[in-house]
Amino acid sequence: MMPSRSLFALPAPSLRFVPIYLRNLLVWRKLALASVLGNIADPLITLVAFGYGLGALLPRVEGVPYIVFLAAGSVCMSTAMAASFEALYSAYSRMQVQQTWASILNAPVELEDVLIAEWLWAATKSMFSGLAIIAVMLALNISRSPTLLLLLPVIMLTGLAFGGIGLCFNALARGYDFFTYYFTLVITPMVFISGVYYPMTALPEWLATLAHWLPLAAAVDLARPLVLGQWPADAAQRFAVLVAYCVVSFVVALALTRRRLRT
Amino acid sequence: MLSAQAAPVIDVQGLVKIYGTHRAVDGLSFQVRAGECFGLLGPNGAGKSTTLRLLLGLSQPQDGRIELLGLPIPARAREARARIGVVPQTDALDPDFSVAENLMVFGRYFGMRSSDIARRIPDLLDFAGLGGKRDAKIGELSGGMKRRLTLARALVNDPEILFLDEPTTGLDPQARHLIWERLKQLLKQGKTILLTTHFMDEAERLCGRLAIVDHGRLIAQSTPAQLIAREIEPQVIEIVGDAPLAWAERASRTPGCARVETIGETVFAYCTDPHPLAAALEADPVVRGLQRRANLEDVFLKLTGRDLRD
Repeated sequence: MMPSRSLFALPAPSLRFVPIYLRNLLVWRKLALASVLGNIADPLITLVAFGYGLGALLPRVEGVPYIVFLAAGSVCMSTAMAASFEALYSAYSRMQVQQTWASILNAPVELEDVLIAEWLWAATKSMFSGLAIIAVMLALNISRSPTLLLLLPVIMLTGLAFGGIGLCFNALARGYDFFTYYFTLVITPMVFISGVYYPMTALPEWLATLAHWLPLAAAVDLARPLVLGQWPADAAQRFAVLVAYCVVSFVVALALTRRRLRT
Repeated sequence: MLSAQAAPVIDVQGLVKIYGTHRAVDGLSFQVRAGECFGLLGPNGAGKSTTLRLLLGLSQPQDGRIELLGLPIPARAREARARIGVVPQTDALDPDFSVAENLMVFGRYFGMRSSDIARRIPDLLDFAGLGGKRDAKIGELSGGMKRRLTLARALVNDPEILFLDEPTTGLDPQARHLIWERLKQLLKQGKTILLTTHFMDEAERLCGRLAIVDHGRLIAQSTPAQLIAREIEPQVIEIVGDAPLAWAERASRTPGCARVETIGETVFAYCTDPHPLAAALEADPVVRGLQRRANLEDVFLKLTGRDLRD
């Protein structure tokens, strides 16, 4: 009997994921313009349309103009969306449709190298989206606070958390249709209860308590004060929530992917 | 020629792989020596591709022992894969990259330096007959060109062993012959080849030895010529006509005819001495008889049956 390695075994440190990550980067470079436009057009339109359109009708929200309130939510939402999209549709086509993973695995790399590369790549691509919204904030003078720099680690962790969660669902998917459910049943409701468009104080208490522990709420709680030039309340706890989502989702994604492919 | 004492570069003993209740590979054993071309033949679903996955360490067997280049699999599969090239059943080329970029990106998975890969690319493209296609997109290539690029990609790390999973399925005869030519060149260079196929002429042309596999079990193993000599009568007469059953009956009573099979309108008579039956056929102007030497396909059909496997 061959010893079979546990699905939950952690990967040993190695740089073998680098060429796989570079492969995705190289493809992206070829299609960069279309890809960036596609990724940021939606959140950008939302920010400008809601921020200025709806904002003109609204009083100040939590003491700031609505577009300033919305900007932090937009950064986090755009990052979460981009990471999810990459870890679902794009990773799935590489895993299943194009069989890119299968041919990579004939080389001296392991499945965990492929998954680490996909995870980091999803986070990288989502950072491009988050950075684009930050650039818009600077351009429109929504915020020019130096604390914006601290948004970078926040969007990186948001990308890793949603990339990891996306890879879990990728490992369970039977087709692209599955991802439509994920977006409409998981991501969209999460956006609405995580304080992106309105403060979570508007939610019923039970829902606010639940939402508090969602990764997007943690990201928004960190990002919003940073946009306003303030230090986030409960920073350590909110940071820890995001990190926990990153670590747990990746370990689970690795186990599910091993179960799917190492047959 | 091979020396019988040479240590095998592929050594498989008692390999078992079970999916649920299905024994995909069921106690398979074989050995391949350096420089050999060894064929795994079998109908669809016989366990050929599963065996290749197990050999590469991509799948865990329930039982058995595998050694590649002296390395135990799956324990040291990654080291073994560094010295192996794989042509999978589906090309799985990167559609977003050009021909040369496909080789460059794949070489990096082996930890090769970009400058070293770049130096190899012209030779690899020449070998694959793709010298003028360096910057072509994958979508612009014909099926045969894609297959040759996949072969070039499998050679990027200068492997000692090549695994080819149905290398010429879906190719036209010209493309198929070109692939065979290239594989013969690789054998001349001393590479070892493990090939799965269900094309008997491919196996007969390329393989020094082959194993016929069905239901995950090895049912015969030898050189193509020995398999034909050992497993089947030397001559076959195919009879095509209106009354196959009557001729099947008659053939089975004719001396020299060892075995008769009727498939639709055709009677296959397997003969140790074809002359009595041939003479009887000549006397009947209504039926057509085709006499030929028995080939590997006859052996294959005898051993694995004529039922469809899809």
